[in-house]
Amino acid sequence: MFTSSVRAHRRLNQNCLNGLAWLILVLLALPAAWIILTAFRPATEVNASPPIWIPREITLDAFTTMFGLNPGVQARVAVESYMANSIFCAVFSTIVSVAVGTLAGYAFARFHFRLHTASFLALMFSRSVPGIALSLPLFLLFTRLGLVNNVFGLSFVYIAINIPFTVWLMDGFFRQIPRDLTEAAYIDGCSNWAAFWRVDLPLAGPGLGASGIFAFLAAWNEFQLASILTRSNDARTFPPGLYAFTQQFTVDWRGMCAMSVLMMIPAIVFVILTQRNLVRGLTFGAVKG
Amino acid sequence: MATNASVNLPSSAAARRSRRPAPGAGRWFPLFLILPSFIFILIVIGFPLIYSLYVSFTPYELLKPKSLNFELSTALNNYQTLLNDPVFWKALLNTVIFLTITVNLEYVLALALSQLLARVSFGQSILRTLLMIPMMFAPVLVGFQFRWFFNENLGLVNNILGVFGLTGHAWLVEEPYGLFSIILATIWMNLPVMTIILLAGTLSLPFELYEAADVDGASAWQKFRKITLPLLAPFTYIALTLRSLDVSRAFDIVRIMTGGGPGNRTELIWTYVARLSIDSTKFGLGSAMSWITVIMSLGFTVYLFRQLVKSRIVK
Repeated sequence: MFTSSVRAHRRLNQNCLNGLAWLILVLLALPAAWIILTAFRPATEVNASPPIWIPREITLDAFTTMFGLNPGVQARVAVESYMANSIFCAVFSTIVSVAVGTLAGYAFARFHFRLHTASFLALMFSRSVPGIALSLPLFLLFTRLGLVNNVFGLSFVYIAINIPFTVWLMDGFFRQIPRDLTEAAYIDGCSNWAAFWRVDLPLAGPGLGASGIFAFLAAWNEFQLASILTRSNDARTFPPGLYAFTQQFTVDWRGMCAMSVLMMIPAIVFVILTQRNLVRGLTFGAVKG
Repeated sequence: MATNASVNLPSSAAARRSRRPAPGAGRWFPLFLILPSFIFILIVIGFPLIYSLYVSFTPYELLKPKSLNFELSTALNNYQTLLNDPVFWKALLNTVIFLTITVNLEYVLALALSQLLARVSFGQSILRTLLMIPMMFAPVLVGFQFRWFFNENLGLVNNILGVFGLTGHAWLVEEPYGLFSIILATIWMNLPVMTIILLAGTLSLPFELYEAADVDGASAWQKFRKITLPLLAPFTYIALTLRSLDVSRAFDIVRIMTGGGPGNRTELIWTYVARLSIDSTKFGLGSAMSWITVIMSLGFTVYLFRQLVKSRIVK
């Protein structure tokens, strides 16, 4: 049916479209590439004018300086303790918030009880409260409890902050599991708890993964509360550590880039591992209401 | 046979019923499931909110412990101070400009980009990976990165402009540019998630509808307007709801890029909370300010959830 000129025209259109998409996405990725490349540049290239796009030499200088392996260089940050604190807070709060939030998500997906919708909305609202509005009252409360500048105190906050989103995601995932399976389990004599534990929970595996990743990254990246609730390197996590670094009079931009790269590692790993599940997890509710 | 069956059926149903969990246990079970979540939230979110509501009615200053006392006559003083405070109005105006531009532009750009990506025939998976790159950046990293790029003397932006013989600006200092730099950083950070959700939605739309539209001779624009856009509604609201939960994350970016300054030029309502209650230790005034931000978030979230519920029911 198609004449060759129509086909050629279509191919041209398709090529333009491909080219445009590539151009836009390369531009979008450029700032990130600049940060990552800078972390591996020699110091002389960092603020060179005109800018040097491709590093002429790859060096780990910035990283060795950051970990204090270069004798005689002063710009040292307590990056090991930031990392340890960040990992502890993120892992601990993720485990607890996913466990607790999954239970509630199951309740919202499977049962009808009084104030079902109202309590769901209350949970979602609690997620949208700005962290800065909570920080000072929490600081005063934690001062009384001795939890200021304490990784357990910070983790406790992150658990609560991550619960609403976990509930939202898990509610969507549990709704995807056919109710018939749960009812079959009841007929076979399972209690409510056994039906949840043996039937629904194993089927919601991908949901647990997705919620876990979101909780981890939210805790890993959190800045507002961490900057108030941590006072010293004993408990300070990456984001306030980075902030302290930018507040110095002369900023070591390459050192900052190296620190950024370190801080990005978990996100990179998660994004690569879960590209597909991430999208499914976010759009579950939309495909089947 | 027939009578046997009719006799057997009710008894087996009764047997089934007896094996079900006791009705009382069933009623308490969901409460038992949601209780732990609510305990955590009451302590970490409920208590601070109530406490700061109380404090917002007192002239409390952190360094003067005795100033924490409630008097009916002065209860609304903090709110009154805020309403007469030009910086408050400046922060509010900045926030409205900031949210209007970022959320709308993010949505339009994400919609366009998702339609483009759905039609790409070469390197789809690489493009999607490229798209996810900004998602790896924490808000603090985004803030740091753009603070550097827009730096007057060392920044990449002025450096590139210099190559072309153009003079740059002090982007983060001059009046409209400061806010626009922050808007650009925010859009860069949020565009990927929105695009990915809309792309997933676009790819899940039933193909037959487009075939039918082709048969009817619909134009590309008509197909987009009459099929794609209405069917994407639930995805749109999921994307916007997710986005609305994170509006206050702008705090991280602004705190690092400009700190709300210079001279409150880039002040947003969240950075103003920090300025009042932490930097100048006026906790009472800061609490009043933070309650204003809480009420605004509440309105925003309730509105978007209503839309979300509506779009799900239609489906």
